Amino acid sequence: MQQPNRLKPFFENIHFEREDNTMMVNFGPQHPSAHGQLRLVLELQGEEVVKSRPMIGYLHRGMEKMAENMIYNEFLPTTDRMDYIAATSNNYGYALAVEKLLGIEAPRRAEVIRTMLLELNRITSHLFWLATHALDVGAMSMFLYCFREREYAMDLIEDYCGARLTHSAIRIGGVPLDLPSNWTEDCISFLAILEEELEKYEGLLTENRIWKMRLENVGIITQDMAKSWGCSGIALRGSGIKWDLRKEMPYGIYDELDFDVPVSYTNDSYGRYKICIAEMRESAKIIKQLVPMYEKSDSALMAHAPNYISAPKEQIMTQNYSLMQHFVLVTQGMRPPKGEVYVATESPKGELGYFIVSDGSPYAYRMKIRTPSFQHTAILEELLVGLQLADVVTIIGNLNIVFGEIDR
Amino acid sequence: MAQHKVNYLQDGGAPIKLTTIDKLVNFGRSNSLWPMTYGLACCAIEMMATGASRYDFDRFGTIFRASPRQSDVLIIAGTLTKKHAEFMRRLYDQMPDPKWVISMGSCANTGGMFNTYATVQGADRIIPVDIYLPGCAPRPETLQYALMTLQKKIRKESIFRAHKKKRLV
Amino acid sequence: MRQYKSKTDVQRKSYFSDRFFVSPNVSREDITKDEIFNADFEKFSQAINVEDAYVEHTHLVIHINKNALLAAMKLLKEELEYDMLIELSAIDYLAKRDGYELFYEMLSLSKHKRLRIKCFLQKDETVESLTSLFNSANWSEREMYDMLGVKVVNHPNMKRIIMPDDWYDHPLRKTYPLQGDEAASWYEVDKIFGKEARDIIGPEQRDPAAIDRYDTTRFARLGHEVPYETDISEFEPETAISYQEEDISGIMKKLKPEESVVLKRRR
Repeated sequence: MQQPNRLKPFFENIHFEREDNTMMVNFGPQHPSAHGQLRLVLELQGEEVVKSRPMIGYLHRGMEKMAENMIYNEFLPTTDRMDYIAATSNNYGYALAVEKLLGIEAPRRAEVIRTMLLELNRITSHLFWLATHALDVGAMSMFLYCFREREYAMDLIEDYCGARLTHSAIRIGGVPLDLPSNWTEDCISFLAILEEELEKYEGLLTENRIWKMRLENVGIITQDMAKSWGCSGIALRGSGIKWDLRKEMPYGIYDELDFDVPVSYTNDSYGRYKICIAEMRESAKIIKQLVPMYEKSDSALMAHAPNYISAPKEQIMTQNYSLMQHFVLVTQGMRPPKGEVYVATESPKGELGYFIVSDGSPYAYRMKIRTPSFQHTAILEELLVGLQLADVVTIIGNLNIVFGEIDR
Repeated sequence: MAQHKVNYLQDGGAPIKLTTIDKLVNFGRSNSLWPMTYGLACCAIEMMATGASRYDFDRFGTIFRASPRQSDVLIIAGTLTKKHAEFMRRLYDQMPDPKWVISMGSCANTGGMFNTYATVQGADRIIPVDIYLPGCAPRPETLQYALMTLQKKIRKESIFRAHKKKRLV
Repeated sequence: MRQYKSKTDVQRKSYFSDRFFVSPNVSREDITKDEIFNADFEKFSQAINVEDAYVEHTHLVIHINKNALLAAMKLLKEELEYDMLIELSAIDYLAKRDGYELFYEMLSLSKHKRLRIKCFLQKDETVESLTSLFNSANWSEREMYDMLGVKVVNHPNMKRIIMPDDWYDHPLRKTYPLQGDEAASWYEVDKIFGKEARDIIGPEQRDPAAIDRYDTTRFARLGHEVPYETDISEFEPETAISYQEEDISGIMKKLKPEESVVLKRRR
């Protein structure tokens, strides 16, 4: 039985008697291949797109305003929900930005654990990308294969911090927990399985005639277009610009690690796909280098900055002054220096930057989060014109956009 | 959650007397629940993981259908925002009877951690919800349990429910 | 006396305002310490009138007048090789300085350096759009207008992008409460069901600690506190948590625990 409400049917969306006779298609906010809530209003001439208007905002949860009303530590779990596929990368970007604002550095072991989690998140994010992209293009079994690998990686992360998807595994100033015993061995065995499976995935897709026909020469982003539209990450490297923040403007311990940055000069979706697979191998290489670094580091996990960061739990439970300081930091919040910082890190999607304006109070005065997927969706206004409708689906999948990031 | 009072025990809590044909139809309905892919945010990833290889959803008889006209269950996975609320009600109205709704995750139950201007504080302000599933994001096993609870609920229903007046929200 | 709550800034404030605490500042350095910034700044200041400039945490921050914005951006893009506009937005200083402070983050790929241009905008003034130079300004300026109400001229498509098209007021302003004003709290009810349904559906439940004392499943036993080990079942039968029902009578097969296998390790 239909309940009466004010929503009228959308018949006015289809124009039958227009002069130039284009058809308006609403690729609505709920669509199995829209990767979230993208409303794409396309004007089609036959099968070819004449005009595209991406409309966003269906997942806007007001995170920037929440940041103005929460203390810095309290906001950390909220950043998890932005790029929900690789949650630690958002947490890390935020923690790094606040650490630079405070002028402190996390200790060695914390940095090593954080980097291991970051690269594991990069692998899960790229596996998810591959799964959904292949599912959209039509190779449906890739979804099941990639999710199987992803489950192993999520088991590892769950062993460490208890949560599969929204981790909050790190804190401002370091990490709260040390790795469980056997974690590094499990990690190395996971990477061995990943290497084998990546070869199978490549064998399934890379030289596949149908895959190549769907992906080659589709979604060409030239160098000028990429720089003008503010692309970053794989979209930029797919256009021949060798720019990876981990190598060019290193943060954390990335300057001590040895890895390559894959670049494609073909500017199309196929190049970006190949970069993605190569990046997964590079991440595996990085994690293998980090394991001996972890064993050699000494066991401090949080930075020592009593103004801003609470003492370790053993001290809080036994020393009175540590307890008092912890109480003040949790109820009032820490008071960072006055000023502005912008810190950008390389998340799996691109350049994720946090611009924090602090006026000395425990709540941020303004927090602007620069997410890569925002500009990658803006580029759809120009990119989709002249392509067929099936290519639209390919490109949306290929550009690796996450709606939690766009709308925040 | 909504503040309107829904009395879940309105029949006095006594079990409804079910005939064999009721049981047969409910057996069919509960074992082939076709959800609509309504993944909005992070919970959608866990829903996809439930449908993937380790926690297989297909063994419950569920096939994810993209169109509301062909689905029975609406699993609201993710944050419902005010901009999107209109579309959710539209899609819910497009689903044919009998239909059920599982609200997955804190954001769909009550607005979750996003106590802000742009979030609908609970999908049950817009849609009548049958099963509420807590978690942020709930584990895939939790979603499976929710589906099993929904199956239990369906098996207790009389098949002439379509003639009873349904709640607005 | 009740506490004074200012209407110009309704965001949450700390319950304890430390009156004698002086915040340190994020360290600012002289521009001459870094050669690349020094060279760039010299070329820049010859062409554009600079109000203030310093190096703050690896960024060269330059304050200019808003009328010089387009010329400054053209100079940065074409001559000084800062060819990516990473981000632009505004900071709401309506209460303190009666205007917005806009910032533009630039990145130079060849020099590996970041630059920030800041300019101050009075409340009713407008700013030029940068879409002719950088396409990334297109959506960022729309978002700036949507969230803060900054007026931008010469923009190809100045519409709300993140909030719905008929939203009232600009959310990121300091005068806008986090939980939304009156129009926001009834937005979805009015849109879908109409104003008459406001009574049926009721206001939003914004209190995270709200407990319904008389809820139907007696989940919260407020007012019913009894000594430990008192029987509160009120003659209800003991129902164990069961994953399978009892009265399925042959239609469904039940799974016995003896027949199932417990895996020690997930495969």
